[in-house]
Amino acid sequence: MAEQPHIELEDVRKSFGPKHVLNGINLAVDRGHSLVVIGGSGTGKSVMLKCILGLLEPDSGSITIGGKSEVALKGAEPDQLMRRFGMLFQGAALFDSIPVWENVAFGLIQGQKMERTEARDIAFAKLGQVGLTAEVGELYPAELSGGMQKRVGLARAIAADPEIIFFDEPTTGLDPIMADVINDLIVSCVKQLGATTVSITHDMASARKIADDIAMIYKGEIIWQGAADTIDESDNDHVDQFIHGRADGPIQMDVLRP
Amino acid sequence: MVNFVAQIGRVVLAFLEEIGRLSLFTKNAMFAGMLPPFYLRQVFDQLVRIGYNSLPVVGLTAFFTGGVLALQIYIGGSRFNAESVVPSIVSLAITRELGPVLAGLMVAGRVAAAIAAELGTMRVTEQIDALTTLSTNPYRYLVMPRLMAAVITLPILVLIGDIIGVMGSYIVATTSLGFNSGAFIRNMVDFLEVRDVVSGLIKAGVFGFIIALMGCYHGFNSRGGAQGVGRATTNAVVSAAILILAANYALTNILFSE
Ligand SMILES: Nc1ncnc2c1ncn2[C@@H]1O[C@H](COP(=O)(O)OP(=O)(O)O)[C@@H](O)[C@H]1O
Ligand SMILES: [Mg+2]
Repeated sequence: MAEQPHIELEDVRKSFGPKHVLNGINLAVDRGHSLVVIGGSGTGKSVMLKCILGLLEPDSGSITIGGKSEVALKGAEPDQLMRRFGMLFQGAALFDSIPVWENVAFGLIQGQKMERTEARDIAFAKLGQVGLTAEVGELYPAELSGGMQKRVGLARAIAADPEIIFFDEPTTGLDPIMADVINDLIVSCVKQLGATTVSITHDMASARKIADDIAMIYKGEIIWQGAADTIDESDNDHVDQFIHGRADGPIQMDVLRP
Repeated sequence: MVNFVAQIGRVVLAFLEEIGRLSLFTKNAMFAGMLPPFYLRQVFDQLVRIGYNSLPVVGLTAFFTGGVLALQIYIGGSRFNAESVVPSIVSLAITRELGPVLAGLMVAGRVAAAIAAELGTMRVTEQIDALTTLSTNPYRYLVMPRLMAAVITLPILVLIGDIIGVMGSYIVATTSLGFNSGAFIRNMVDFLEVRDVVSGLIKAGVFGFIIALMGCYHGFNSRGGAQGVGRATTNAVVSAAILILAANYALTNILFSE
């Protein structure tokens, strides 16, 4: 029997009032693999990530981490479970009242009660890993450009050496060169940690670069999943339309045509 | 007619839903806040921001209120040839009612708004989610320190406000109403009881809890960008003010029922 998937979602559903966002997501990620979920804006990608992270509670369905139900893990030791996760948020979500290095060290100091001096050393090492100097560590998040904020967010996500890392649109809103820098950093950081990752994006260049496997979400369901290098032969109209960025096809945007 | 009844039904349901959500929020904050780790640095920060920084507002309000009370009660009293009641009535009015209520309302405008805006911004920029992913309970880290700081500082602020208010009336009475300084003080000390002051301080503690709770609750539940944060700020101030006035009535009934 093959090894059990590291993360597994079975028929996960989530609605907000009358609005059905996730309509039965089925997904499996193997240990050490990098899965990229692609899909248009507002299709429920962030909601899916937040369900896996435990920030949102699914209405039904099961999520297992390393073969154990997440609900059980969360009930027993919520902080222990979170310690296994790292997350890079779409807008970086840095704490603007504390300096950059404290942002990176936050999980170590507040979450794990590490000594400040020790956490500080780790923070500066992680900042170095994402190509930021010690001077940047002393600045406040508001003083940084978007690309630098994303890199700080990445350093914060990997600071506690998590076994699973989530990336929510890591390259959205960046210029193509900075986007590629971030992609390279993600690949190298993840390789160094040997972590399992789930990323969501609508940037195909980014997806091709960081993915072992790609899945496509549409209307709250996974409509295709396969190895990253097979996406061009998916034989799926929705996937083809998305990766080629065409307005015409089975996916219709709610836009009034003249 | 049916439409009208349905409308009332909807309003009542929405109201009940809001009460349910607020109760759940309060329960979460209390449960999480009772358990370690305690974020003493955050508590200290908030003591300064909520307490110390509110001193000028509370002091000025109390000073002018004390002064105007002396004038009005003197005018009212002179109609019954009872000008000598000014010191005792002023001190009763300030310590029992106006001190706590006016300080509560002024601090609600300052602090509930500031808390709702800060936490609301943290919510919409996903900083509150980020706290959770860094193994830090946001109720424990954000809500509890603000509740504690407000409950501790409001009585202190009110006590200071009581003193300044009485001083305001003393200055007006001795400089422009022809009171003898010794007689003013003696009259006041003879009539004022400890429980007049203590009841006001108890009220202040409750008002502090209401102010911080409304700020945190509306901030935590804000969504939808800048507009959402603006709405949360307004709602926090308005609901804090109304709850303070309602709680004041209830507390007066309880504290002064023989
Ligand atoms: N907390 C929430 N309350 C209500 N609706 C939400 C909430 N979070 C997300 N949604 C809705 O769910 C849908 C999917 O959102 P999201 O997962 O953020 O999309 P995306 O795929 O662009 O990341 C959107 O229509 C959004 O309005
Ligand atoms: Mg999103």
